[in-house]
Amino acid sequence: MSVRFDERTLGEFHRTVARYPVKEAALLPTLRLAEREFGSITDDAMIYVAELLDLPPAKVHGVFSFYTHFRRPGWGRHVLQVCCTLPCALRGAQDIVGHLKRRLGIDVGGTTADGRFTLLKVECLASCGTAPAMQVNDAYHENLTIEQLDALLARLP
Amino acid sequence: MSAAPVLLEHVGERGSHTMEHYRARGGWETAKRVLTTMKPVEVLEVVKASGLRGRGGAGFPTGQKWSFVPKDPGPKYLVCNADESEPGTFKDRALLEGDPHLLLEGCLISAYAAGLQTCYIYIRGEFVTQAVTLERAIQEAYAGGFFGRDILGSGFSLDVTVHRGAGAYICGEETGLLSSLEGGRGYPKIKPPFPAVKGLFGRPTVVNNVETLATVPLILAKGVAWFRGMGTEKSPGPKIFCVSGHVKRPGLYELPLGYPLMRLLYEDCGGPWRDRPIKAVIPGGSSAPVLDASELEVKLDFESLAAAGSMLGSGGVIVLDEGTCMVDALWNVLRFYHHESCGQCTPCREGTGWIERILGRIEHGRGRMEDLKTVEEASQNMMGKTICVLADAAALPALSFLKKFRAEFIRHLEEQGCPMRREGEPAGRSPQLT
Repeated sequence: MSVRFDERTLGEFHRTVARYPVKEAALLPTLRLAEREFGSITDDAMIYVAELLDLPPAKVHGVFSFYTHFRRPGWGRHVLQVCCTLPCALRGAQDIVGHLKRRLGIDVGGTTADGRFTLLKVECLASCGTAPAMQVNDAYHENLTIEQLDALLARLP
Repeated sequence: MSAAPVLLEHVGERGSHTMEHYRARGGWETAKRVLTTMKPVEVLEVVKASGLRGRGGAGFPTGQKWSFVPKDPGPKYLVCNADESEPGTFKDRALLEGDPHLLLEGCLISAYAAGLQTCYIYIRGEFVTQAVTLERAIQEAYAGGFFGRDILGSGFSLDVTVHRGAGAYICGEETGLLSSLEGGRGYPKIKPPFPAVKGLFGRPTVVNNVETLATVPLILAKGVAWFRGMGTEKSPGPKIFCVSGHVKRPGLYELPLGYPLMRLLYEDCGGPWRDRPIKAVIPGGSSAPVLDASELEVKLDFESLAAAGSMLGSGGVIVLDEGTCMVDALWNVLRFYHHESCGQCTPCREGTGWIERILGRIEHGRGRMEDLKTVEEASQNMMGKTICVLADAAALPALSFLKKFRAEFIRHLEEQGCPMRREGEPAGRSPQLT
């Protein structure tokens, strides 16, 4: 199934490309637009981005696959990204992950059957002074406690 | 704290990220004065004389870096490295959130001094709201006439664009960052040529850290004597330290370089949490060699920490208390570098994974005595043999942990597992790390 940007996003795309001397440099920003427009980066999205930027689809896939932060197809509505790098680990990140695994009944990398949550371990979020920390989609949650986690899980739609 | 903060002075105040707030405290006035009354070379001389050294990790003299840019015509670039991702470091995030105009004023003054007409701010992908704040500040600066064509009638023009990364530590390495900005994988490139000569799109490029650029307007506003009044001869000025781990009050502390580590830990941060003694400190982000408890009487500046066998790095001070298993901690560090290795160079791609696996089996009681030698040899064979220093960033902690906490590694091997995991009294040890 082929995909396309709507008029507004296409306008944003052209303004983005104009910020760079070579079109290819707009690849990451264009993937971001695709992520927003299509909800995740699918194969079709990559083929479309390749067309827009006059790049081979394999090049787009090669770049996309290097980066961890793009939304992958099949992820839940709320992507729980728990930082497990040393400063967060020192303040109990593994307990946070363990609690989420039990509460949600999924493993790291898994998605709940109702499509609400995906659980990921991520590397340093630059939140070391307020550890343990996680991002839920784009929002930071810091100085996490188990009680806070439970309240958050109950609150998210 | 011995001096009032200047970089973080307004961070946390209501509305501090807006043009209105920044202008009300005299913001952009320095750039105005610089662009209308000073020649670029005069600005360059001031920054050189200040002795400002890069705040991203390497500590290279900023003015000298700018002076490498050739004077020939054609596009030249300023790239602000806002990819902050060294474990233990969270200072640039505070500036991006709390005082983006200070950074942008620094971008304008620096671009003017070095003769650069285009600026990209490469911000890590996870900083979503920070990127939005920055975009808004840039729009305000364009509207205020501080960016764009013929700024303030000076004849100097500058365009500024935010470029979001997408989750890759290696893009904080300057040539990896440039590869990413060009639309590729974040693969570092062999130096020389250095970016100042052949950087972004093959053109001369200056790459400076957020904190470095944010310091520039302060130097121009307050003067070289003020700047050199703080810190040491070779490491002058204020620096933001990020303290994390086992202290009562982790967070950001803006201090003069040369500040005593012990004072930071025990006075500013309130000492260790849960009042267990401090066992070790990693003073400059997770790639810095670890200091043991006997080595903490050290000053926080580039040369003092180098003399102590470690490094100031990005100023990320990670504190580990007595309850921490050092094998587990190092395993965590190596897992990070293995995950973040870009995979171009065999010693790094294979070495980080190999050491990570060995540490995991030592922690879980499947280690062999010869493993320690293997870790040391693998680390030695990673250093200085790769395109960038990620391999060194993994090898340095491995070697220093093994050297300084060897008895703990040996105990794991002799007792076939982690004594602390087994003892397992939750109050007596820190959480499991990896």
